Amino acid sequence: MDAILTAIAAVVLGPLATFALYYVGNFIVSHLPSNKVRKALGPYVFIAPVLALVGLFLVYPTIQTMIFAFMNEDSTEFVGFRNFNKLFADANFLQTIFNNVLWIAVVPIVTVVLGLLIATLTDKLGPIRERVFKSIVFMPMAISFVAASSVWRLSYSWNSNGPQIGILNAVVQAFGGTPVAWLQNESFSINSLLIMVVVVWANAGFAMTLLSAAIKAVPEETVEAAAIDGATGWQSFFQIVLPQIWGTAVSVFITVLISTMKIFDVIWGMTGGNFHTNVLGVDFFRQYFVYNNTGKAAAVVLLLMIAIIPIMIYQVRTYRKQEEIR
Amino acid sequence: MKENAFLTKLRGWRLGATITMLVVVVIWALPTVGLLVTAFRSRDDSISSGWWTAILDPLHQNWSLESFKTVFDPQYWDIGTSFFNTIAVAVPATILPITFAAFAAYGFTFLEFKGKEVWFSLIIGLMVVPMQAAIVAVLQMFVALDQWLLTIPGNEYGDFHLSGEYPAGWVVHSAFAMPLAVYILRNYMMTLPTALIEAARIDGASHFQIFWRLIIPMSVPALASFAIFQFLWVWNDYFVAFMFVGNHNVLTYTILSMLGQHGEGWQVVMAGCLISVIIPLTVFFSLQRYFVRGLTAGSVK
Repeated sequence: MDAILTAIAAVVLGPLATFALYYVGNFIVSHLPSNKVRKALGPYVFIAPVLALVGLFLVYPTIQTMIFAFMNEDSTEFVGFRNFNKLFADANFLQTIFNNVLWIAVVPIVTVVLGLLIATLTDKLGPIRERVFKSIVFMPMAISFVAASSVWRLSYSWNSNGPQIGILNAVVQAFGGTPVAWLQNESFSINSLLIMVVVVWANAGFAMTLLSAAIKAVPEETVEAAAIDGATGWQSFFQIVLPQIWGTAVSVFITVLISTMKIFDVIWGMTGGNFHTNVLGVDFFRQYFVYNNTGKAAAVVLLLMIAIIPIMIYQVRTYRKQEEIR
Repeated sequence: MKENAFLTKLRGWRLGATITMLVVVVIWALPTVGLLVTAFRSRDDSISSGWWTAILDPLHQNWSLESFKTVFDPQYWDIGTSFFNTIAVAVPATILPITFAAFAAYGFTFLEFKGKEVWFSLIIGLMVVPMQAAIVAVLQMFVALDQWLLTIPGNEYGDFHLSGEYPAGWVVHSAFAMPLAVYILRNYMMTLPTALIEAARIDGASHFQIFWRLIIPMSVPALASFAIFQFLWVWNDYFVAFMFVGNHNVLTYTILSMLGQHGEGWQVVMAGCLISVIIPLTVFFSLQRYFVRGLTAGSVK
């Protein structure tokens, strides 16, 4: 019950305190003597608290972590590139990088294509069917990756003797196959691919929703004009609809791409990164909490950051372009 | 004649689409149905047969609430406490960032100042920075702060500390959510009529008054969609809770511990999962429209 009291206090006092903060800031600035200074500082009453929060908890720590990457395990002395040399000399880490590349190559594209497929298929159905189908596909988004890992681990579970209670092995058995310990099965990264299924399952609803909204925004006339000109369904989809929703498809792709790069919970819940399913997000966690090696953990994160920087630049550029149009 | 052919074609297409979607939807729902069914099975049943057998033959099953007794047992998993702990993390971590973000979004939308573009580009760039990049140094900041708090008279034993406690989680969640929150709210405020604000300015209203009396009431849909988004995110989070609220077990933490010991049967883990998804699913289905609007407003998380 203490927990709830604390929460209530925070919910009541927190907004009051933040409001007071802004109020006092506004009061001070509006009573400054010089009109020029007032004009210059006025906007910062509104944005300074956020800049401070973000600076203290995002910008500064990120820079600090980048520095830790070149220091030893307890950040007491600089060791140059030692952490990176050690990481890249380790075959397991190379496997980790490979897994990350595999995740990036598979998950975003499959999610977008599947989301697009579902959005297109449901678009022309009656309103009730459309709503029900979409809700079911969308539902996993509300479930935590920890709960999702649990459910899917049951689905993939394997019994060495006795009946199969995992649905995948039950299906395999029904078709006359031999049950497999899926999550331990490293050949062709099949265990990694099966974990990716979980993420696609969770994210397809997101892709579907955005793409569906985009499809509905495509002007009816353009599709009708194509039909009158004798275009087949496929032609009209690829030549009329797809170009018009391309921007949305790209932004969904980028969003899923980013979340895939830093993926952690699912793999941690399904295999703990064992059986060659490790990725950078999990490796960071292991280096820091299991091996207590701040230097290596930071080095892993730095590699992740380097991979993300191009996307960051792309995002800022896209925003700039949008602003020019406005 | 031509119209008829078109209708037949459309009808055929609809039938095909419905059948395909039925297959998709069944596959999509399977894991969730499995969760629901397994949670209510007895230990013996859940070890010896697949959950689908219970659906195919529901009358000859040992349905049981035993699993819920186990997960709620205060001596054992004590999931009731985890449930309240999760509320204690999630509700403030949803409410607090909104106030901050709303003020900043107003500043970025309606005020003109030098460096605005640069600051906002920074916010956009920060949206994609992985949490992992900040975690280590933020943890150390809290440790250093606790060290300093020890020097305060009366706190020699560290009774008052931040690491592992709720406020640490609220602050960290708020900070990490801030770029996205500002972005979503600003995008929405851009669509509000500027003429209205100019009129208020001419009438002598201060920016503070305009913000509070005009912009906030008009931005309720965007505030709501961000709130839902953030609430689901925090409720389902494991990473931040594990690292910053370690003294209070949240649901994701408890379920992960159960998963580590599923030797006692899947029905226990599934009962735990069921408890954990009740609130997010309720929020989700009752406020789906707002949630979808929030997604379309631009999410990068």
